[in-house]
Amino acid sequence: MPKVTYIEFDGTEHQVDVASGLSVMEGAVKNMVPGIDADCGGACACATCHVYVDPEWKDKTGEPNEMETSMLDFAEEVKDNSRLSCQIKMSDDLDGLTVRLPESQH
Amino acid sequence: MTTSEPYVIVGAGHAAGQAATSLRMEGYEGPILLIGEEPYHPYQRPPLSKAYLAGELELERLYVKPPDFYASNNIETRLKTRCLALDRGACQLTLSDSTTVAYDKLLITTGTRVRELPVTGIDLEGVHYLRTIEDVDGIQSGFAPGAHLVVVGGGYIGLEVAAVAQKRGLNVTVVESEDRLLKRVVGEEVSAFFERVHTEEGVKILTGHQVSEFSGGSKIEAVKCANGTEIRADMAVVGIGIVPNQELAQDAGLACDNGILVDACCRTEDPKIFAAGDCTQHPNEVFGRLVRLESVHNALEQAKTAAAAMCGNEKPYNQVPWFWSDQYDLKLQIAGLNQGYDELVVRGQMEERKFAAFYLKDGQLLAVDAVNSVPEYMVSRKLIADRAMIPADRLADTSIPMKQVAQDLK
Repeated sequence: MPKVTYIEFDGTEHQVDVASGLSVMEGAVKNMVPGIDADCGGACACATCHVYVDPEWKDKTGEPNEMETSMLDFAEEVKDNSRLSCQIKMSDDLDGLTVRLPESQH
Repeated sequence: MTTSEPYVIVGAGHAAGQAATSLRMEGYEGPILLIGEEPYHPYQRPPLSKAYLAGELELERLYVKPPDFYASNNIETRLKTRCLALDRGACQLTLSDSTTVAYDKLLITTGTRVRELPVTGIDLEGVHYLRTIEDVDGIQSGFAPGAHLVVVGGGYIGLEVAAVAQKRGLNVTVVESEDRLLKRVVGEEVSAFFERVHTEEGVKILTGHQVSEFSGGSKIEAVKCANGTEIRADMAVVGIGIVPNQELAQDAGLACDNGILVDACCRTEDPKIFAAGDCTQHPNEVFGRLVRLESVHNALEQAKTAAAAMCGNEKPYNQVPWFWSDQYDLKLQIAGLNQGYDELVVRGQMEERKFAAFYLKDGQLLAVDAVNSVPEYMVSRKLIADRAMIPADRLADTSIPMKQVAQDLK
């Protein structure tokens, strides 16, 4: 099963298995990784699953769609590699993905 | 002091799943017992009338946490079990399997149940409510293209079901007793918009029609209205609102008024008992009054607050409520509560299915209904929290970006 490493704002790392087809957000929430709230459960309605994709993974994770871009525009501390993790779908290609979490989701 | 009695969570919905998690994250290491009536571990309800009904989301993905999460975090679950009574003096619950359990602290997250429609034929085969996974599985079994579906109730649940069914090729009629759709929650202009969209998509909308009977043999064949209208039906889905499950608390003498009364930290008047989610009547500082909310956001945030309070930490819950609904290509995002508004300002083009309706009272922004309009929604969440006063003409002027509208207030 592909693995994702989530790095909290304070540097704490969580490496978890996330089945293909699930989102990077679901991987975090189901494994008690703190720092991803995902209030809406993945409907791209809340922007509380903001992550920074490690630069080397940016191409493989693709580009955000219009809705996501628009939501991200209003998240805090947005950077070039910001994504909403509910919109990144896991696959074998993303095995080893590393994402970093912002200080806050609100 | 150490105690062997568990922290007990009654009810197994969104708030329960979050609270169990949050108790562990708060550092509570003692026993946790989660008691739920349904045969499932805590799962997300919003997708039931959306992606799950459409068959686009598997059961496993509905779960708030994977079922094995609970055992691996030393959280005992007792499913298919109903709490019948609460004895506050003995700190004890009586369960439907005739056993009793003692609690050290108790969190009530019993949520809501559907408002029943007391008419003849409600028990006919093919007539459904929509609240649980089992309800939706039952509805889906009748979701054949060409089948005639009558949706009773033109609220969010009813309209979401109508949208999914219409896309699936059913013949859909929505029957609403009020004179317009979504009357309890949106302004007239927005009601008119949703009626137009559903009509354009092929749904038949009947407002001002009171359902008086479901008729048929053993299975539903028609829906009859008080004014004599009769609509052919192979199935019906009734979504006319929900009522809080407060009886467990009420019968134990805890104060209830359309929900279990709690403070901003989700504490009831009994220091050992807390409540969170749809079943609570709680203070909202932004709006300066008590509210009962039917929302995931509220369930999650109150659960975190309650878990903290159970661990002796004060994390008062004080946020702008928000909600969402998906229908066809419409992404509706709602922030705030519009009750008491005196002015409704529309920004954008309703014809293009991209607009925001702002609700103001004495110039202060109370709420927004944003259809395919993320900036309006996101900016409003902040402005509502700030109790911002905004000139209506600036809100309506799409040549000024929303960020600018907010910026200029400073």
